[in-house]
Amino acid sequence: MKGMLVICRKELADHFSSTRFILLFTVIFMVSLVTAYMVGTGLREELQGMTKPTLVFLLLFTSTGKLFSLIQFIAFFGPLIGIVLGFDAINKERSTRTLSKIISQPIYRDAVINGKFLAGVTIITVMLVAIILLISGLGLTLIGVVPGPEEIGRLVIYLIISIFYISFWLGVSILFSILFRNIATSALAAVACWIFFSFFIAIGSGIAADMIAPIDQNSIAANPERLIQHEQARNILSLFSPMTLYSEGTTTILDPMRKTTQTLLLMGPMERLSLSRFQNPLPLLQSVYLVFPHIISLIAITMLFFAISYIVFLRQEIRST
Amino acid sequence: MDGQHIIDCRELTKIYGTQTAVDHLNLTINQGEIFGFLGPNGAGKTTTLLMLIGLSEPSSGSATVCGFNPTREPLKVKRVVGYLPENVGFYDDLNASQNMHFVSRLNGIPEDIALPRITELLSIVELETEKDKKVGNFSRGMRQRLGIAEVLVKEPQVVFLDEPTLGLDPDGTARMLSLISSLSREKNITVFFSSHLLDQVQKISHRVGIMLKGGLVACGKIDDLAKEKFGVDQEIHTLEGIYMKFFKEGSK
Repeated sequence: MKGMLVICRKELADHFSSTRFILLFTVIFMVSLVTAYMVGTGLREELQGMTKPTLVFLLLFTSTGKLFSLIQFIAFFGPLIGIVLGFDAINKERSTRTLSKIISQPIYRDAVINGKFLAGVTIITVMLVAIILLISGLGLTLIGVVPGPEEIGRLVIYLIISIFYISFWLGVSILFSILFRNIATSALAAVACWIFFSFFIAIGSGIAADMIAPIDQNSIAANPERLIQHEQARNILSLFSPMTLYSEGTTTILDPMRKTTQTLLLMGPMERLSLSRFQNPLPLLQSVYLVFPHIISLIAITMLFFAISYIVFLRQEIRST
Repeated sequence: MDGQHIIDCRELTKIYGTQTAVDHLNLTINQGEIFGFLGPNGAGKTTTLLMLIGLSEPSSGSATVCGFNPTREPLKVKRVVGYLPENVGFYDDLNASQNMHFVSRLNGIPEDIALPRITELLSIVELETEKDKKVGNFSRGMRQRLGIAEVLVKEPQVVFLDEPTLGLDPDGTARMLSLISSLSREKNITVFFSSHLLDQVQKISHRVGIMLKGGLVACGKIDDLAKEKFGVDQEIHTLEGIYMKFFKEGSK
């Protein structure tokens, strides 16, 4: 426990003073400023003339404004933050020959990897809290709407999901830094993984669904079941991407008007009926119930990857050379 | 532990895949002595060291270091044993005393005890004027001396030094060797070190062990080994002569 905190403290100091971190933080800082400004001014124009707008505050995070929303930005580039924080965690210690020195001190070997992971998660948390506060603060002055307790609750849940999402990629990159001795190899492997799971699965799920349940324009009318099969296959496959899990989860949490993660096609008649009948926003708890599987899966894969890194690291032979 | 033997290996064996790195090694080291560990590259010296400090698990056999089993109680062993790896690494962007503070924190030494101890150790290894310089700018000799200081932060009973004089200039080697012998003399620390510089080992070691192909082919005082190999009447015997004789016999 104590060894872990010492390692974590050292890692934090390293991160905060590294050029890499300063660059990363500057980029994210600029982007959140731009997002907040863009969305804030856009919202002000839209809300002009509305008598009593509701749940405006969260629109700061979900509205795409002119380019993209914060949610989309984190979904795309959050993984990169995780990868940047972890891709050289273990193999750098190996190449500077400090690893054998550290583990010959009276600490458990897992303290090294736990401390590094904890430091990464701390940095991620600091970063995300800073971004959310920044956007909130700017948004407050730009649109002049104060968030209610429910909106704050939604933001906190959003924050927690985002921390797990980025930590997942931190875990993946730490795993690669254990598996590959070469720092460049582990960075490239992590980036390749990110591209595959974030972009290729989204495209690939459509193609795979075409193969599992092929549809053509002529047979749709005769065989509507096929269309549903196709849609289900695509849906299931796309959920293999952590980015889909994250985007669906957080948009539902931050947008109370979203009452389902399904497409219209896959809804039952009753669900469609209730959607058109009830126009009010969902309460917070119901939004959470809706995407609970998403949140749990995201937490589970984060833990799974950390557990794999943990086991691989503990089993590795450590030589001085 | 029977009071005398601070390190005791019994049938210690390490097998990597099909290759036997250390083959049924039996070795005892007495409290406070300097033990020179010799042998050609790849003879299994480093593997033996790693097993003795609990970084590597023996395939069979067992060892006792300061009364503890390094496989089952690695933390207890690491608390009393210092290890200087071959080509020790440092955090190059930290300075000498920051590097030492990090190691002392890993050992759980309170800051108020650590600070004077680190200052003292840096002056023993003659680095007190360089303590605020980044280790990245250190020369090889300075790095090795800093490595020794780091090992001593935890006030160990035994130190394992793997090739402490590798790549040092003659002056650096001499300073390193006098440092090692003063550890045993002044602090009663048992020193277990491996080296290729036979004449240097001869100067400071109380006993030597020669390792060949994973086994210990000779172990004892240099004079005794010389008598065994060259006979009593041999006047001049160097460790080099003994080593080469064992080496040639072992390679047959």
